[in-house]
Amino acid sequence: MKRSVFGRIWPNATALVLFVGFAFPVYWMFATAFKPTGDIISENPVWVPTDVTFGHFTKAVHADHFWTLVANSVTVTVSAVLMSLVIALFAAFALARLRFRGRRGFIVTFMLAQMAPWEVMVIAIYMLVRDNDMLDSLVPLTVFYAVMVLPLTILTLRGYVAAVPKELEESAMVDGCTRTQAFVRVIFPLLAPGLMATSLFGFITAWNEFPLVLILNKDIEKQTLPLWLSQFQTAFGDDWGATMAASSLFALPILILFIFLQRKAVSGLTDGAVKG
Amino acid sequence: MSVQTEGTDTAGQPAVRKARVPAPRGEDRTPAPSARRGGAAPYLLLLPALLATLVLLGWPLVKNGMLSFQNLNPRQLIQHLTEWNGVDNYQEVLTGSDFWHVVERSVVFTAANVVLIMVLGTLVGLLLARLGRKMRLTLLLGLVLAWAMPVIAATTVYQWLFAQRFGVVNWVLDKAGWHSMADYNWFGSQFSTFSVITLLIVWQSIPFVAINLYAATTTIPRELYEAASLDGAGAWKSFTSVTFPFLRPFLYATTFLEVIWVFKAFPQIFALNEGGPDHLTETLPIYAFVEGVGNQHFGVGAAISFLTILVLLVITSYYLRMVLKQEEDEL
Repeated sequence: MKRSVFGRIWPNATALVLFVGFAFPVYWMFATAFKPTGDIISENPVWVPTDVTFGHFTKAVHADHFWTLVANSVTVTVSAVLMSLVIALFAAFALARLRFRGRRGFIVTFMLAQMAPWEVMVIAIYMLVRDNDMLDSLVPLTVFYAVMVLPLTILTLRGYVAAVPKELEESAMVDGCTRTQAFVRVIFPLLAPGLMATSLFGFITAWNEFPLVLILNKDIEKQTLPLWLSQFQTAFGDDWGATMAASSLFALPILILFIFLQRKAVSGLTDGAVKG
Repeated sequence: MSVQTEGTDTAGQPAVRKARVPAPRGEDRTPAPSARRGGAAPYLLLLPALLATLVLLGWPLVKNGMLSFQNLNPRQLIQHLTEWNGVDNYQEVLTGSDFWHVVERSVVFTAANVVLIMVLGTLVGLLLARLGRKMRLTLLLGLVLAWAMPVIAATTVYQWLFAQRFGVVNWVLDKAGWHSMADYNWFGSQFSTFSVITLLIVWQSIPFVAINLYAATTTIPRELYEAASLDGAGAWKSFTSVTFPFLRPFLYATTFLEVIWVFKAFPQIFALNEGGPDHLTETLPIYAFVEGVGNQHFGVGAAISFLTILVLLVITSYYLRMVLKQEEDEL
């Protein structure tokens, strides 16, 4: 297929404009974070930070409770993801490998649960947590986040378990493994990329969660980073440099994880790890 | 951002399909005892997941229903009183004009966002399929950055981009000749606030649609296009007769997913302007939160939540029916 010069140029030109449009807000966040305040509040925007400063990061990191909040966010996110991975692994194995009555119904249940409107259920959750005297605690956050990501974890893992050829498991069993041993020694190692990809999305959900922590934890010592970040700008009175530095710190782990882990997880699948 | 099943699925799908061993349905070839139909093992394996879902998802749902029939204001809250008041909350909500305004607003807001996301997302996806390798990777990088950006971080950045003073958007509009925008307050009116929220949501949602649509186009067999061009089909004709029919199930399912996600969008709207100015950008989830928690009318808030959940349930069941029809043989 021959295309005219115009026909070859416009897709590339459009793509370039789109790239700038999509990447600019992310770029602007980092750029602002590194610019001295004089360059941030200037009549004409300084497009590229020439005069790099780390002052805003220092300010964000030294904000009250910053490290407590980091610790809270990490604790809650990692525990929630691990908890849901363990629970999901059992369920995913059953749904992918075993045949039983009601299997289809279970899958539909998890699909439905995956769409659960948590944002709208916060009042009821608040009442339940309060009645159990668990407000201002990380425990309810952790377990609710675990259940929030559980359905997706199960459904995704089911696909990865199903992708491991049955023959591998069977030959292990012919060699004298029990079904459990076959699972632990054969399937589990092959699931590594799947576990990574799955935990990535769980990680993002839990790390970002906002409405629930907003209503449950009023004590700053028990809050998480999204809540802190949403109030940062107000608390620091339009200090955009510090606000963008705080945003960058919050976004960076996710951006890195997303860009590297997703590609790795997907290519792990295609590169023959599961082609047996 | 919470449910990206399609994202992970489609990306790994071709490999998964190839690797999957065609096992006869229903009967297992393995004589292993635990694979037998009717054993207790599968149910035991599912038990933890079911219990967790039942307790932490089912219970709040039931609780929400119960709260919506109670008179629950600060006094009852503090003294732990349970005062049933029948359908009073529903009556109050459904007969007031506020609720219907919010419903109307939510529907228009959702429709506008979903149309923009689907149309633009599809166009970007088709563009990805047309680009050369280098340009495609560049655009993909931009899309992934927008997709991966944590919602609250993105919201904060948009506040800065659209800041009244020193915001880069106002500067650009001013330089482009629209001088009245030089010190424009984007968060001062309903329409402008919604514009920023829409831009934010559309910007973050297009990558999901575009990347998955692009992945789906790569699975369309080349021969179909060859056959179409042999039959004398032009670019448009081969799009409508090959590409579109192939993508239709994907587009339907994605549209429903986006409807569900946009309808219940909370952090973007709340963190940007808390439903302001003057409650004018409150959609149903925000309205339930502001009424229930902000104004401490927990019973009324629960009633609004319950009505919202009902709406979502209807949309979700349509979505599920469609997905189940598509995956009939996979389940």
